[in-house]
Amino acid sequence: MAGAKAQTTTNFRERLAQRTQHGDSIFWAVTLFFALAVIALVVAIGWVTWNDSALARERFGIGFFASSEWNPVETEVSPESFGAVPAIVGTLISSLIALILAAPIAVGIGIFLAELCPLSLRTPLSFMVELLAAIPSVIYGVWGVMVFAPFFTQHVAMPLSESMREIIPWLSSSQVAAGRGLLIAGIILAIMILPTIAAITRDVLTLVPNTQREVLLALGATKWEVIWLAVVPYARAGIVGGVMLGLGRALGETMAATMLVGNRPQVPGSLLEPATTAAALIASELINAQSLLHESALVLIALTLFVITLLLNLIARLLIWFVNRGPVGSVRA
Amino acid sequence: MSLKSSQMPNYQRRKVTDAIMRGLVLFATACAIVPLVLIVGYVVVVGGSALNWEFFTDVYQPPMTVTTMDMIGAAPTGDAPFDPNDPFANLDPEALIGAEAGDEKGANILEAPARGGVFHAIVGTLLVTSLAVLIAMPIGILAGVFLSEFPDNSVAIVVRFACDVLSGAPSIIVGVTAYILVVNATNPNTGQPYGFSGIAGAIALTFLMVPTITRTTEEVLKLVPEATREAALAMGATTWYSTFTVVIPTALSGIVTGVMLAFARGAGETAPLILTVLGSNVLVTGLLQPIAALPLVTYRYTESPFPSENTLAWGSAFVLMMLVLLVNILVRIATRNRLRTH
Repeated sequence: MAGAKAQTTTNFRERLAQRTQHGDSIFWAVTLFFALAVIALVVAIGWVTWNDSALARERFGIGFFASSEWNPVETEVSPESFGAVPAIVGTLISSLIALILAAPIAVGIGIFLAELCPLSLRTPLSFMVELLAAIPSVIYGVWGVMVFAPFFTQHVAMPLSESMREIIPWLSSSQVAAGRGLLIAGIILAIMILPTIAAITRDVLTLVPNTQREVLLALGATKWEVIWLAVVPYARAGIVGGVMLGLGRALGETMAATMLVGNRPQVPGSLLEPATTAAALIASELINAQSLLHESALVLIALTLFVITLLLNLIARLLIWFVNRGPVGSVRA
Repeated sequence: MSLKSSQMPNYQRRKVTDAIMRGLVLFATACAIVPLVLIVGYVVVVGGSALNWEFFTDVYQPPMTVTTMDMIGAAPTGDAPFDPNDPFANLDPEALIGAEAGDEKGANILEAPARGGVFHAIVGTLLVTSLAVLIAMPIGILAGVFLSEFPDNSVAIVVRFACDVLSGAPSIIVGVTAYILVVNATNPNTGQPYGFSGIAGAIALTFLMVPTITRTTEEVLKLVPEATREAALAMGATTWYSTFTVVIPTALSGIVTGVMLAFARGAGETAPLILTVLGSNVLVTGLLQPIAALPLVTYRYTESPFPSENTLAWGSAFVLMMLVLLVNILVRIATRNRLRTH
């Protein structure tokens, strides 16, 4: 009798489970499959670039990152040879220029939007900043080539080159009239990453709890002291994270760089000379690759760029995540 | 006494610092607004003036065309008979670029008026981006459903990180991947590489769209109140049934938002397209061959020495910018309404 009752209960539980969870394991498996597909996309990028750069890795080894020879066309006097130094130097310098120009200004905008801006202007201005971050980079490139480059060459680069010829050789060049180089590319990159950094700075500043501000106000601090002593230190990690995301965007930016850097795969002697960046080099040479080795060397540069931006993003996300969790560093009491 | 006298100058100094720093922040904002306003202004004014009916309906026209008729002698200098050894003798360059008879001499190809349009590029962008959205939508939405319905497991953490990696990766890398995977892959039937095609471009754009769709879907599904899910379960629905009939319809506008943002991002991407679809100057509707795209013509015609092609570049930059801004503004309006009703 008792056994029969237990039997019925088990049956009921099974039927209930069948009715209420019918197909759920399939649902779980299907969504899991597509979730894994997202991971597969990342793995595909890594795997493909690793595999296709095998030739260059075997041929040049670690010396690839120390050689500044970039000669894709085999001739009798100069053999085919590839080195990443021109791309690395160009990428680092143009991104550094962009960062030095953009970071302080962008953080200033973030502070203005989050702390000082009149309430009625806050929403429209913040929205405008987000819109600007969404504009395709080719449009910055068009403006850079058609409007900014002629103006900059005529009124800034040429006088600068003229006056600096004897004093600072890397600010002077005989090729300044070309209007292409790391300085102008860096300036356009700076304009591009401004909205990105400003939007993130604003976001992390608005996350700072009001008690943080109120305590300092109660001590009689001025508005600026509140911002500088209570708000910014609290959000410091997040701001650094935003700046790093901006740096990541500058490092990997292709279109504005390709259009303004000049695409000359040599280490430039001056900021006003045509040079190249990693992304610009890939964009301008991959589809015209002269040989398998040439292609493989370009893919190796792509792999390097991928790994660097991956690490930068990882650190930046961790920093922003720390801010979202709560105070960090010296402010943690 | 000492307290007050020692604090007064200090207070003055602090007040001045406050004013200076506030001014600097305001100055920084103004500094940044100038170039950004200039860029948007130039695209709107110069790009907007490049638009006309022909721009949207016509395909690319070269700045100058030479036909056999021109060579044989329809041109004003055509009194001489046609000489096969010197086919260009009768050419009148001014007539070829559409200069009127009364125009000043010296009108040359660099002053030729803009001709043709970017209809081929608009069609190409719509085709390639739509295909990319169609591929990215199931992956992104279902992965987003996984993240929101089964949030706490090791797979979910890795998927979120993968999304961050994908959205932060330079778009040229995605182009390189699609170039190797599709363009360079050997077709088993012919033994030749597949070559540049619209499909290769769509696959590259998929990489960039998936993270946007996944994260937006996850976020909006998390906004659906737990009580809604519980109500469906209490009626005897299974998890998958409640997800597809209750949770997803509730969050549908948000998911559509994510898809639209992904479309806007994909439509503006240039770098992956250089390596995958290559571009074309004629109207192509097949996705198995090189095809034109708006960001590509913007790039190529900007680099062109012909002012008439530069005009087309400004025009397509304008169309591209308006597309992106419009989608973002629509999304903003849509999400604002959703937040109000909740």
